[in-house]
Amino acid sequence: MPHHVKSKALSHLRICDFTGQLAGAGATKFMAAFGAEVIRIEDPSNHGRWDILRGMPPYVDDRRGPELGGPFNNHNVGKLGISLNIKTEKGRELFERLVAISDCVTENFSSGVMRSWGYDYDALKQIREDIIYVSNCGFGHSGPYEKFKTWGPIVQATSGLTMSSAIPDQPPAGWGYSYMDHTGAYFMAMAIMLAIHHRNRTGEGQYVDVAATEAALTLNGPVLLDYTVNGRPLRRDGFPDANHSQFPAMAPHNIYAAKPIPGSFDEAWIAIACRNDEDWHAMRDVLVADGCDWASNDHYGQLSGRLAAQDELDSKIGEWCMRRDPFQSAEILREAGVPANAVQTPEQRIDQDVNSAEARLWPTIRQAEMGRVRVDGIPAHFTKTDWSMTRGAATLGEDNDYVYGELLGLSQDEIAGLHEEGVI
Amino acid sequence: MTTNANPLAMMALDDLRVLEIGDERGAWCGKLLADMGADVIKIEPPDGDPSRQYEPFVDDEPHHERSLFFWYYNTSKRSIVMDLDDRSNADAFLKLAGSADIIFDTNTYDPIGRLGLDYHQVMADNPGLIWCTITNFGFGSVRDDEPQTDLTLAANGGFAWMNGYDDHSLPPVRGGGQQAYHTGSNYAFMSILTALLHRDATGVGQHINVNINASVNVTTEAGSYSWLVSHLTVQRQTGRHAGVAPSMPSQIMCADGRYVNTGIPPRRPAEFGLCYQWLEDEGLLDQLPEAALLLVGAELESFSLADVFRGDNEELLAIFGAGREAFDLLASKLTAYEFFTKAQNFGFQVGVIHSPEEALEDPHFVDRGMQVKVEHPELGREVIYPGAPYQLTKGSWAITRRPPLLGEHTDEVLSEL
Repeated sequence: MPHHVKSKALSHLRICDFTGQLAGAGATKFMAAFGAEVIRIEDPSNHGRWDILRGMPPYVDDRRGPELGGPFNNHNVGKLGISLNIKTEKGRELFERLVAISDCVTENFSSGVMRSWGYDYDALKQIREDIIYVSNCGFGHSGPYEKFKTWGPIVQATSGLTMSSAIPDQPPAGWGYSYMDHTGAYFMAMAIMLAIHHRNRTGEGQYVDVAATEAALTLNGPVLLDYTVNGRPLRRDGFPDANHSQFPAMAPHNIYAAKPIPGSFDEAWIAIACRNDEDWHAMRDVLVADGCDWASNDHYGQLSGRLAAQDELDSKIGEWCMRRDPFQSAEILREAGVPANAVQTPEQRIDQDVNSAEARLWPTIRQAEMGRVRVDGIPAHFTKTDWSMTRGAATLGEDNDYVYGELLGLSQDEIAGLHEEGVI
Repeated sequence: MTTNANPLAMMALDDLRVLEIGDERGAWCGKLLADMGADVIKIEPPDGDPSRQYEPFVDDEPHHERSLFFWYYNTSKRSIVMDLDDRSNADAFLKLAGSADIIFDTNTYDPIGRLGLDYHQVMADNPGLIWCTITNFGFGSVRDDEPQTDLTLAANGGFAWMNGYDDHSLPPVRGGGQQAYHTGSNYAFMSILTALLHRDATGVGQHINVNINASVNVTTEAGSYSWLVSHLTVQRQTGRHAGVAPSMPSQIMCADGRYVNTGIPPRRPAEFGLCYQWLEDEGLLDQLPEAALLLVGAELESFSLADVFRGDNEELLAIFGAGREAFDLLASKLTAYEFFTKAQNFGFQVGVIHSPEEALEDPHFVDRGMQVKVEHPELGREVIYPGAPYQLTKGSWAITRRPPLLGEHTDEVLSEL
């Protein structure tokens, strides 16, 4: 049943939602956690497999199938799910009735899919004058690459995020996941809510074109201004150098190998950043007290000296880091006032870091077939309308009775007939 | 001064006044608000926001009005100087807070405590006020007094574990830009908008507590859910998704020494046919003896990828291998940009690995308006900034003013009260 979210922040809003994967689904997941009634539409003729994450690993147990995919569940928590074949005449009629009672229509298909169904913004506006239609795709809905296809890694490659994630003299390391599917979804959620606020003020709906590549391009601002103002490209000898800090300049500032933790992985790493001379002096004192007399070299006392000797400094600090596991060294440094943390594994950050529990970050939800499973929560808390997550992703058509029955007023017989005909 | 804003056009947030009391952790949130029209008033200490001292500087000349870092994150804002350590400013602050719709700060303590004020009281006096605090571990956390930077938060929260190289003697990589801070600010802006829509409906404001470490934690895709769902740990790989098990490389160097991400290589019958056609178009068929296998692949009935992954169908494996060989050969003959556009025109999801500046100058993004010119009259220059992260058709994004000089609007703002 729909009334499973406690927050009243967005409970006055209804979203008619075609989003999938993560780049779209993440946006409406956020809004659902704050009470928006998100009605996710899936095609029964292929069991919603347009969303390639349906049925993809990881799994909670040995069972497999389209209702058992971990990522799909994670990204669709708290949404309602209906089945609807929009290529049938009756399916189109139902969709239009749904649009008429919704605030927004959202999707992240390739450019042109909604238009090919006859539902561009103008058509949706005919159905509901103040509808907000937010469309999210990799390269947006105009321009030379409008027809090009993307997923997270392609968005990151073409926008500069892959290239800028590297250490010197190595190929791009890039992002080891679809950072821009998460972040593209964040920008999509912002765009939806901006358009709603605009409607609240003016009564006008609108069309919004979200291109994940453009959102990505805004995430390298200082590097881009260094180019447009100073003519200095990031593609030059010795760069990118993502583990050192250029903006602002800091040294030492790096990720160093540390002594592995027995019984864990055979590698461990620690991140250390000295923000200024004061931080370095504190770190110097730690090192000298630990027998590293080299650290008292006056040459290192000021930033300019440390930057000039950065590689030498990194190599000596690297030796010190191998003395202890990264949690021990990080604690010693932080006690002295120096920023430092272990490069945490998923287990360490999720189950062992006190902050995860404090933040109530990983709620356990119930999904109809998977059972109880933990998901990504929301990293913010509100004093009056906080989020909640209790129900997992809907199974195919799980909320047909509520949506077609209660919202659209169809009888049980009519719903059963539509199911029989393959419309829903 | 010239900007891309149309002075007659309404902007989505131009009904809002925002006070920004914070450092670089929250500056991105302020820019997102300001570029949508909100009147963001940045309260700076007498010696200016610390990021005014950050590189890079215009012409590499250090000066608090020449930091391009400060410029980027502070477009469209106004700046006032107000010393929040000086109790004589308490009345002025209260007046300002009384006129605000939103306040956000990045402090681990009540930022107005030293004025002798209490943020609870300010909120009680202005019931519609939305106050958002953005801190490393969440306001009130036992870890929140720890020293941290973008790098150490990226390490703690999971970004670093995900990124790097197949060769694990090389360190994990943070990712370029300050993405831990960006992610915290992205969540702050989403949260503020959520609270704003609630306020639109009810008139009621509230306090929001945003946690940067937690924001990073829930922005790692399979890194988190592989552990949450089945207690599996992904491992970093060069230029592609970290995996529980190693996967095939997907980043190849082209004839010009630049890289492409090959995405998902040919895997459907029609794609094997297109791959063959591409080789033919380039006159490369005779350089790939395995090309004939692509024609066999093109004639296959549909098959499931599970048949391939099972690894016991030698013909299928050979056909898939031929697809990869074909991409390698094509890449060795084409520039990265040619490979990208030609592959995409055949329908393959391939991406050229641009540097950020190459992306900004790419004809697609130029055509879409991603270069926005902003005049800086003091320097006699017009500066190109990256443009809108989303294109609203009404109330849309614009840089409404160049980043403010230190205290440029102190008199103007205080006289408005």
